[in-house]
Amino acid sequence: MIKDDRLTGIPHQILEGASAAGIDLGDEKRSATFLHVDQSTIFSKVGEFFKGKLELMDTKDALKKYRWLGEQVWKLVDRDKDEFTRRVAEDYSGGYFMRILPSEEVVFPLQSCLMITREKLEQRVHNIILAEEDSKAHIITSCVQHFNVAKAAHLGITEIYVKKGATFNFTMVHSWSEETMVRPRTGVLVEDKGTFVSNYICVRPVKDVQMYPVAYCNGEDSRVSFNSILYGNKNSSLDIGSKAVLNGRGSKAEMISRAIGRENAKVIVRGMIEGNNPDCKGHLECRGLIIDENSLVQSIPELIARKRGVEITHEAAVGKISEKEIEYLMTRNVVRDQAISMIIRGFMDVSIMGLPKALSDEVNRIVDLVAESS
Amino acid sequence: MNVLEVKNLRVDIENKIILEGIDIALKSGESYIMFGPNGSGKSTLINTIIGIPQYKVISGKITFIGEDVTEKSIEERAKLGMSVAFQYPPEITGVKLSDILKVCLRKSQREDFSEEEKKLIEEFKLTEFLDRDINVGFSGGERKRSEILQMIFLRTKLILLDEPDSGVDVESLKLISTEIERYLENSGSSALIVTHKGDILEYIKAKYACILLEGVMHCFSNPKEIYETIKRSGYKECIACQERISGGWQT
Repeated sequence: MIKDDRLTGIPHQILEGASAAGIDLGDEKRSATFLHVDQSTIFSKVGEFFKGKLELMDTKDALKKYRWLGEQVWKLVDRDKDEFTRRVAEDYSGGYFMRILPSEEVVFPLQSCLMITREKLEQRVHNIILAEEDSKAHIITSCVQHFNVAKAAHLGITEIYVKKGATFNFTMVHSWSEETMVRPRTGVLVEDKGTFVSNYICVRPVKDVQMYPVAYCNGEDSRVSFNSILYGNKNSSLDIGSKAVLNGRGSKAEMISRAIGRENAKVIVRGMIEGNNPDCKGHLECRGLIIDENSLVQSIPELIARKRGVEITHEAAVGKISEKEIEYLMTRNVVRDQAISMIIRGFMDVSIMGLPKALSDEVNRIVDLVAESS
Repeated sequence: MNVLEVKNLRVDIENKIILEGIDIALKSGESYIMFGPNGSGKSTLINTIIGIPQYKVISGKITFIGEDVTEKSIEERAKLGMSVAFQYPPEITGVKLSDILKVCLRKSQREDFSEEEKKLIEEFKLTEFLDRDINVGFSGGERKRSEILQMIFLRTKLILLDEPDSGVDVESLKLISTEIERYLENSGSSALIVTHKGDILEYIKAKYACILLEGVMHCFSNPKEIYETIKRSGYKECIACQERISGGWQT
């Protein structure tokens, strides 16, 4: 496939798949768009207004353009961590390189779509994000499998550098299919007064996702938030964790998860906050709903303190939908199934992520879109 | 015509009899008040009439607009035109007040409120709550205003109000009572209102009142007179008097 700077040059089926995963093809409220299909980057474009504020290109092109970038690769994720990282280190097809230039605030989100359209493909990508000093941006990245593909695998390495005073908001929406195995491996480094927010949403059935992104808050007053909305259905197996390592003075971590298990799904939510500095704080919250007798929702919080003064807390609750809530909605002339759907959709409300209103509305729209198509 | 008829109703919760020999005949377009102290079985009666499954009808019958609903589900009763404003409505995380109001109005979630609906929401001082999770962090008055507005939007033939005047500030009480009365007058709907206070009588023109004490009904008379007697002499003294209207509320 060829790289194109006009979406019109891209095959209709691909655009349709991207649109269903929430990619805004109108392109007007996006600062930049990146499309990587199977093993090629087919589209990479920075909006006219945002040129000079950010850079976006394929990782392989970026490594050729910037020799210094080699120093940043495989620094936050260990290439020998497991068989999946080793496979990507061996050979990969590209990925996105994003760089928000110093002191630039990018008001519209960047968007990326990593898509699989070929049966039994193992897609291997390596993404690198540099949020330079005092920059501010957010990205919505959709990982999607085309409707006509049943079985595939996705291995994705993502290394994110949040420099001094920068704020980077990373929203990832997964739309895989029932026979797909997914292994993202993510590492994040947050410097002084830097903020990293990760929002992960998985609402369509998938065979198996296992991920455990790690954020190192090395900077003073650095912050990290991991939020996830996990809807395990139709035999899905989701093993989703996140880890925050609080090394910096005044560093803080927050993790909020909502997990739903139904139709023979297995959803494991892990969270680890490691306090290595006497002046650091963390909080972990997990709520799980189990809809039927054949599913499993498991919450595994881990809190580690290595210094006096560390303050880390957690709260977790898993259980069924309250009958009182269902009955309440039924008295409003809603049938039982519709009442349950309303409660489940409410449970997946992205307002827990504390996103800016416009972004929150947008992510809600994507969740609706993806949930409807599942 | 009677909108609601309850005959010789006996109800238990977890094998404990809570209500015994309850008879009600509520006529179309009329409103009745049921007084009773805390724990007398008022909420049990409301929850039984609306069909909450934990409240088991051991014997007796509930008829709604001529149809026996004793064995019917909540959704069937709601569909027939029965609604309830709960004393303690549940908090539902993620479900917004606007979602519920749209459900009550039978609108899709994508549809906007009409200008008239927006005006009423504003009158109920709930505009700022539209994007809030239903009842989460709502004060007593806010919950009641939300419940009553839902009733008005549902436009049912019968509204059951469980202690609409408890835990409510004076201003909210005036607002919701006036709006309930306005709704009842305009729609011709009926209301069964249970309360342990009489404040609501200032605003709502109820025809009869009774007392529910230890699960049994007494007295069928003028609401204000009953309330005055309860205030003056207490519930037990009140039910001892002979000036009751016999034969339940059928007269």
